[in-house]
Amino acid sequence: MCLAIPGKIVELVAGQNRVGTVEVTGVRRKVQLGLLEDDMPQVGDWVLIHVGFAMSKISEQDAMEQMRLLRALGETEQAMEEVRGYGLEDDVGHEGLLQ
Amino acid sequence: MVRFRDPQIEMAHGAGGKASRRLVEGLFAPLLFPGSVEPLSDAAHLKVNGTPVAFTTDSFVVKPLRFPGGSIGELAVNGTMNDLAVSGAKGCAMVVTFILEEGLPTSVLAAEVRAMSEALRRAGVTMCGGDTKVVERGKADGMYITTAGIGSSLPGVKIDARSVRPGDKILLSGPIGDHGITILLARGDLDLEADLCSDTRSVLPLVEALVAECGPGVRWMRDPTRGGVATSLNELARDCGLGIELLEEEIPVRDAVRGACELLGLDPLHIANEGQFLAVVSQDYADMALNALQQTDGGEEARIIGQVHEEPANAVLVTTRYGGSRIVDMLVGDPLPRIC
Amino acid sequence: MRYVDEFRDPELITKASEEIRRLADPARHYRIMEVCGGHTHAIYRFGLKDILPLNIELIHGPGCPVCVLPMGRIDDGLAIAEDPNIIFAAFGDMMRVPGAHGSPFEHKARGTDVRIVYSPADALELAKKYPEREVIFFAIGFETTAPSTALTLMSAKAQGIRNFSIFCNHVTIVPAIRAILDSPDMRLDGFIGPGHVSTVIGCRPYEWIARNEGKPVVTSGFEPLDLLQSIVMLLRQLHAGEARVENQYKRVVPWEGNRAALKVMAEVFELRPYFEWRGLGFISQSALRIRDKYATWDAEQRYAVPETRVADPKSAQCGEVLKGVLKPAQCKLFGKECTPEHPIGALMVSSEGSCAAYYNYEYRKSLVTRIASVA
Repeated sequence: MCLAIPGKIVELVAGQNRVGTVEVTGVRRKVQLGLLEDDMPQVGDWVLIHVGFAMSKISEQDAMEQMRLLRALGETEQAMEEVRGYGLEDDVGHEGLLQ
Repeated sequence: MVRFRDPQIEMAHGAGGKASRRLVEGLFAPLLFPGSVEPLSDAAHLKVNGTPVAFTTDSFVVKPLRFPGGSIGELAVNGTMNDLAVSGAKGCAMVVTFILEEGLPTSVLAAEVRAMSEALRRAGVTMCGGDTKVVERGKADGMYITTAGIGSSLPGVKIDARSVRPGDKILLSGPIGDHGITILLARGDLDLEADLCSDTRSVLPLVEALVAECGPGVRWMRDPTRGGVATSLNELARDCGLGIELLEEEIPVRDAVRGACELLGLDPLHIANEGQFLAVVSQDYADMALNALQQTDGGEEARIIGQVHEEPANAVLVTTRYGGSRIVDMLVGDPLPRIC
Repeated sequence: MRYVDEFRDPELITKASEEIRRLADPARHYRIMEVCGGHTHAIYRFGLKDILPLNIELIHGPGCPVCVLPMGRIDDGLAIAEDPNIIFAAFGDMMRVPGAHGSPFEHKARGTDVRIVYSPADALELAKKYPEREVIFFAIGFETTAPSTALTLMSAKAQGIRNFSIFCNHVTIVPAIRAILDSPDMRLDGFIGPGHVSTVIGCRPYEWIARNEGKPVVTSGFEPLDLLQSIVMLLRQLHAGEARVENQYKRVVPWEGNRAALKVMAEVFELRPYFEWRGLGFISQSALRIRDKYATWDAEQRYAVPETRVADPKSAQCGEVLKGVLKPAQCKLFGKECTPEHPIGALMVSSEGSCAAYYNYEYRKSLVTRIASVA
């Protein structure tokens, strides 16, 4: 269910529909890109891979922001404030997954 | 005494882990060497009419037969030499059995024999006999090779798990996981590619260097083949009744091995090696031992990876720099890729 | 490794655990459930319990798709696969799961053609490679894995590959969480929310937990720093008396989920009226089955399925451990009749199962007195 690894797209396989090659510290594997068809990754993008499928693009910006917050942990009032508000979104929602 | 109760033999029984141990301790040992109190080891040290000899056997079943970095023939020679080396002996002669599958192209067989010849020359050991059988198509994955090796004890060293003491250090000769991951990738089932090759080699030169400098301090050695470092060290922990602590960041693992293991959910500590060995060395000799390995060709990446303690008795613990720890046990059978 | 090593930085981990110690009220005992089996595995693998204060108790949830699969389902799949023309393909996680008549590996030893695949797409490749054989892919997983199965089915249809079918055991996470909260024995303060399931379904499906049950939920990544940061975020909410859904795993989890993935799931799957979960019993609208338009690729429609129902041995307490009511070591069979070598239940076989994780990584640590605490 949960084993998913970050890898870099190093090749988009020409001719094949939404298939690419992903690399994880020198190991290469074919990866299906169909689940990202709304926002297809390009060569150089990082994606999260699960059972040979790319599930999500990895946001470098969010990762860096997270590291910044982690480094600031416990240091200043302001940092504490930020961690409190981190990830807060509007909470109008609906449950259920499939109609 | 463990009795072997499994109704049939499965792949797990050959994987070098718990199932293998159950088979050996529960079926083979009680019937073939009853009354033996010594821990099982890589080679037997016997006296033949008063002359001490070291004696070992090994078998090689690998698919595919050829893989990056080597082939079954090389494994056969190096593996046999390594069993002798880590028992504290220098191999001087081998015999070999070929079980060949009907339909095996001669070119394939010839390539393996050439590879063996080259490996024998490099290892400085003589092949002095053999046997051949052919079995019907479909019965031998191309070929199976078994060997037996004989040698003489290296002076100044005595390998015995029972001599291990708290405070002793664990040395590893180099990066782990190369061989097992290379084979896994070479099978092609998982559709992974990497620039990796098997680490198959004779470790005798490294063992000789270690023993020459630190013989009196070397308590135990093993080559972590099937089952990996985790299995070898768990066997040691059980045989000496002590605990082993490994420092995670000291364990050398190549990037590509790490990447493949992360992708597949495997632990490098469970992956087979064919060109590395572990040594337990007393505290006062440990730094000298490390230096001896690092100064020898092929030992540059040797590390001290851990230490022996009283606790956790009979177990292996891996600790991280931030104070987290986990037990590492033998697997039941082969490591399996997982998705969860 | 990028996006991995940074989140395993030992100095930052030490810092985060110090912050947790600072935040944790010594007068309180916090009970936090990590829903997802992958989080359970990560907690043990990284030894995180060693660096948390004793008054933070992590309770393992039922988010392990192998663990919640009723025994009968694996027997059904293997029964179909006894036909020598069939190739039974499944993830490595399934291979040692005990059925009433043995695990897939035990069946393999008796002659069933059982193969490990890393991806459902690889199972489809097997069907292409062996056109004269029939390939059944035994699909498991929560919403993380279901879209990949769905896309594979769509691909099979598009390519006209007929010797391929799926035996579908996909389940959904929200009903499992509901079952936990409905359980009278369970008292929880908050949740470490599923990480990778959320890349598909987003964070909205957990809002009812915060709103109706008053428990904070933080969807978390799987690296040590992710989990520790999530605990920091939960503690802050608890102290402020808040209950919200927060997304710690922002670099990968979109709040709205993955629309394309949800779309392919809806295209291929529909909800079963009910499904039997190991340990949790029958839960309505909790599992997926293949829609009629893909019936050709639905193993349950192509083959006669025995519909085996097998109960766990009475002495096994898989259900209670699954719900977090019992700790693995409290099950009467743990470590005695039930070990990784001869597992009675799937929780001892699956690498995410709390029994296996505890047995493999933690069990004998109780003897160790020398691990220094961090703060």
